[in-house]
Amino acid sequence: MKTAVAELDLKTATSLDQALATLHSESRTPLAGATDLYVELNFGTLKPRRFLDLWALDELREISFRGDTLVIGSLTTFTALIRSPLVATHLPMLVEAARLVGGIQIQNRGTLGGNIANASPAGDSLPILAAVDAVLVLRSAESERRVPLTEFYTGYRKSVLRPDELITAVEVQPVEGTQFFRKVGTRAALAISKVVMAGVKGAVPRIAFGSVAPMVLRARQTEQALAAGTHIEDVVRILEREIAPIDDLRSSAAYRRQVAGNLLRRFWSS
Amino acid sequence: MSQVSAVGRSVARKDGIGKATGAARYADDLVFPGMLHGRTIRSTIPCGRIRSIRFAFDPAGFTIVDYRDVPDRNVVDLIAQDQPYLVEQEVRHLAEPILLLAHEDRDKLAAARVEIEYDEAPPLFDPEQSSHVFKAIDIVKGNAAAALAGADQVIEGTYRTGHQEHIYIEPNGVIAVPEDGGVTIHGSVQCPFYVIKAVRCLLGPGRPVRVIQTETGGGFGGKEEYPSMLAGHAAMLALKSGRPVKLVYDRGEDMVATTKRHPSIVRHRTGVTKDGRLVAMEVEVILDGGAYVTLSPVVLSRGCIHAAGPYRCDDISIRGRAVFTNTPPNGAFRGFGAPQTEFAVEVHMDRIAEALGMDPVELRRLNALRPGDTMATGQTLREDASAHLVLDAAVRRTDFTRKREEYRGSNRGIGLSLFYHGAGFTGSGERTLKSRARLVLTPTGVRIAVGSTEIGQGTRTMHAQIVTDALGIPYEDVEVAQPDTSRVADSGPTVASRTCMVVGKILEECALEMKQQLGGLAPAEYYARHGALTVERMYEPPDWIQWDDDTYRGDAYATYGWGCDVAELEVDPDTFEVRPLKLTTVQEFGRPIHPALARGQIEGGTVQGLGYALLERVVMKNGAMANAQLTNYAIPTTLDTPEIDVVMLTNPYPGGPFGAKGLGELPMDGPAPAIVNALRHLGFDVREIPATPELLAAVPTIP
Amino acid sequence: MNFLLNGVPTEVAAHPMARLLDVLREVCGLTGTKEGCGEGECGACTVLLNGEPVCSCLVPVSQVAGSEVLSIEGLRGEHPLQALFMSEVGAQCGICTPGMILTALSVPSVPTLDDVKTALAGNLCRCTGYPAIYRAVMKWRAAEPAK
Repeated sequence: MKTAVAELDLKTATSLDQALATLHSESRTPLAGATDLYVELNFGTLKPRRFLDLWALDELREISFRGDTLVIGSLTTFTALIRSPLVATHLPMLVEAARLVGGIQIQNRGTLGGNIANASPAGDSLPILAAVDAVLVLRSAESERRVPLTEFYTGYRKSVLRPDELITAVEVQPVEGTQFFRKVGTRAALAISKVVMAGVKGAVPRIAFGSVAPMVLRARQTEQALAAGTHIEDVVRILEREIAPIDDLRSSAAYRRQVAGNLLRRFWSS
Repeated sequence: MSQVSAVGRSVARKDGIGKATGAARYADDLVFPGMLHGRTIRSTIPCGRIRSIRFAFDPAGFTIVDYRDVPDRNVVDLIAQDQPYLVEQEVRHLAEPILLLAHEDRDKLAAARVEIEYDEAPPLFDPEQSSHVFKAIDIVKGNAAAALAGADQVIEGTYRTGHQEHIYIEPNGVIAVPEDGGVTIHGSVQCPFYVIKAVRCLLGPGRPVRVIQTETGGGFGGKEEYPSMLAGHAAMLALKSGRPVKLVYDRGEDMVATTKRHPSIVRHRTGVTKDGRLVAMEVEVILDGGAYVTLSPVVLSRGCIHAAGPYRCDDISIRGRAVFTNTPPNGAFRGFGAPQTEFAVEVHMDRIAEALGMDPVELRRLNALRPGDTMATGQTLREDASAHLVLDAAVRRTDFTRKREEYRGSNRGIGLSLFYHGAGFTGSGERTLKSRARLVLTPTGVRIAVGSTEIGQGTRTMHAQIVTDALGIPYEDVEVAQPDTSRVADSGPTVASRTCMVVGKILEECALEMKQQLGGLAPAEYYARHGALTVERMYEPPDWIQWDDDTYRGDAYATYGWGCDVAELEVDPDTFEVRPLKLTTVQEFGRPIHPALARGQIEGGTVQGLGYALLERVVMKNGAMANAQLTNYAIPTTLDTPEIDVVMLTNPYPGGPFGAKGLGELPMDGPAPAIVNALRHLGFDVREIPATPELLAAVPTIP
Repeated sequence: MNFLLNGVPTEVAAHPMARLLDVLREVCGLTGTKEGCGEGECGACTVLLNGEPVCSCLVPVSQVAGSEVLSIEGLRGEHPLQALFMSEVGAQCGICTPGMILTALSVPSVPTLDDVKTALAGNLCRCTGYPAIYRAVMKWRAAEPAK
């Protein structure tokens, strides 16, 4: 049964400053495209009761360059990522990932910031952001701080984001090397990832996986082994130890482990 | 009266344009004055007894119904009368209905908490361990044991299929409106006369029941027997509250609580000669019926009758049983037992070919049934049997033999399945059913008044075409009544591929009789001169049909549709994801009344079969579906669906209207074995479905 | 709260977190928008929000204030796709049809079959297996390329 909306309270933010001031003074759950949050509402599993609607904050929708840093506003929808020539040029694998998020209805509403804040280990954009050392801009009424995505999560669906902070942007330095992205889902579209991998094959390899650990995993030991010239089969063994997949409704630990290894081989031989 | 015939042409559908404009009204679209919303409180354990129930909410404004409110009999009246509308004490499966609540405010209804304590008992989930047999069937032809002993080679195998959830896009829903001391049910139902029978049994004498089918957003068997439960619940709430009550399930409740396709375990032992002739077949079929009988005996029956495949063999033994487990009851789903057993036999045939080093097409050509051959029940096939016709056409059209060679060693596979499906109720079923159809003269033409429901498949249009041609009047002058039990004849349930072949046939006879009575006058002329005229007829199965329900000997079905599917696919070597490239399906079902609708049945059924084969996995935990969300139970999207090449062949059945047989279920039988045989061609030793990437990663490879 | 519904300025009184789907069906009385799952998975509740398809079961109504919403009723039965969905049997049971048609409006003007499939990947149909839907959309685009 659906959550009774009469019990819910919504405040609509009209500016970022106002939104931050609100979060400074009261506890509210931020709400943007609602593509995750309203599923919980429809299932009756929604826990928070007070929300802050960010949808009107167009200032968080900008995609631009600051110096050579690509800056993507947190309210950028997957559709906006798909349509952005800047993202297509500098981070094409993020466009590829955006195309595989739900159908176009979800792409039109789901946001990059929401994908990050939702903190699902299966979030499709997260391995990409982890592999390219993306930095999240976190703002509160009083301060602004920058946290690398790889340091943002602290556990299953947990992060360093404080209740008074919002993710306002994602910053990506120029990516040197070939980008590799592969999502393995439950079907060809509308799929939640069973294994998702992003990699950059440059001077040093950079590799991250989703859905194989409680949170997105930057596979540093695997990277180091590859950089050191270790034989790929031995590197696969290292990867298999580095990840911690589980059996769940969508797949099995054994499959995830095997496929992660195969994707790594494919990445390295490509 | 001369005119262009309607049968055989894709004439304008009787649905009109309402489905495309949003004007068509489905159950949830209806609102009645003073209407309450209903909610079902369900068990949270799979097996045990209720110890206590506590209402953790203020009951003011609520209507609350439990088993003590049942007016007459607390059983859903179906084959066996074992399933209660509401649990009295004993819980047999998770999500079993215990209490009903109604309130006018859905938020208040949603917030109401009921706490139930149980004494749990150990549940039984494994059908192979179940000694509680709902139905056992033994089909014996010749002496299989002796023939096996004399065979050159014996090939054995065990094949498994999982649950399949219907996923009609409109979940189950009904509205019960108190009327004249009884109720009128408006609902998303396949079989209004099943519902009326069940609700009458629940309410008892003196409470009139009427059932009106609303526009129905898909059924596939899922709205065959289950709506009787829903309607009974809504009826009790309506009677107790004195107000209309809407009971519409959300997707999660629909997936967890309602019926699914029976999981199966099928074991084959087949004796063959060195040159590939089938000389003995021993088949064991186990269906997991779930916690109540529902339709399991007849699902098992159809499954067993089709279990030997479309092949000739003198010595056959088929033993089947449908058994109890502590899981929600399984029920009708397009194909009704045949997709399970035909999957097994068709994969087994490819394994026999592998064992003999034979080409799978040659093996089938050598053994496929021809007119004059006898089937497992002893039925002698008539001229309308087309196994060879469809097989040859499919092999030719797909260049099967060449591709089978060409793909070897690549990541592409090609496989086929040969299948058949009996049309209408099994054995003497149609004789017992005594279906009736009615044709009513109107001031402008005629009105078809039957209980057969339009659930997307084209009932209204196809019936109107048959009447049009039989009566020789313009198609536009034929209207089709909304199924309302107070206004239409009981034409039997809309199931079993019988709506065209059986109900269409009665309508044809009604129309021919009416034509005679009109004496050459147009309907409007006749009406103006002589007034009303109604013709009603009962179905008479062909007189040659002989069937013995005790021995399972005789003519199981008046006729069969025949099909051959060819699947071409790729498997990703890194991820074991299957990418279907093309499905070719050649089907003979007598003759298409409306080619575009017929094609729609074939394409739609084929894609349901594709999902069954590859994607659709019901994850059971503690005896119920754990992945009861559309995001976690994956049905095919556009991008999962390959090109489908449909070929419709003609071989008229003299007992059907204009030669038509049944079509609805046939397309469901073929895709899974064709796909799995294509995977076998690629070297994956798959013997169960769904063949998920996880399974492919784990199965042995075929050398 | 005000928005433009099917071209008509509309004022509704609803909880700001009410789902757009419920407001359309229950406040505005437009029941052509269907609920199939409540997960944003089936697409039966698709409407166009400022011209783009969205799942109305996942949209808080407050977010459409000042926006343009097109539901199936807004096509008034006059759009060629509506007739084509019936004649090509792109609609069988019809429950996915309104959402499917609204999503199909966004296919490119000269679409390939893959374009159509990609556009419609967020709309589930359990009856047709989709080919008849492709035929309807391709016929429409062939007859009337988008301006």
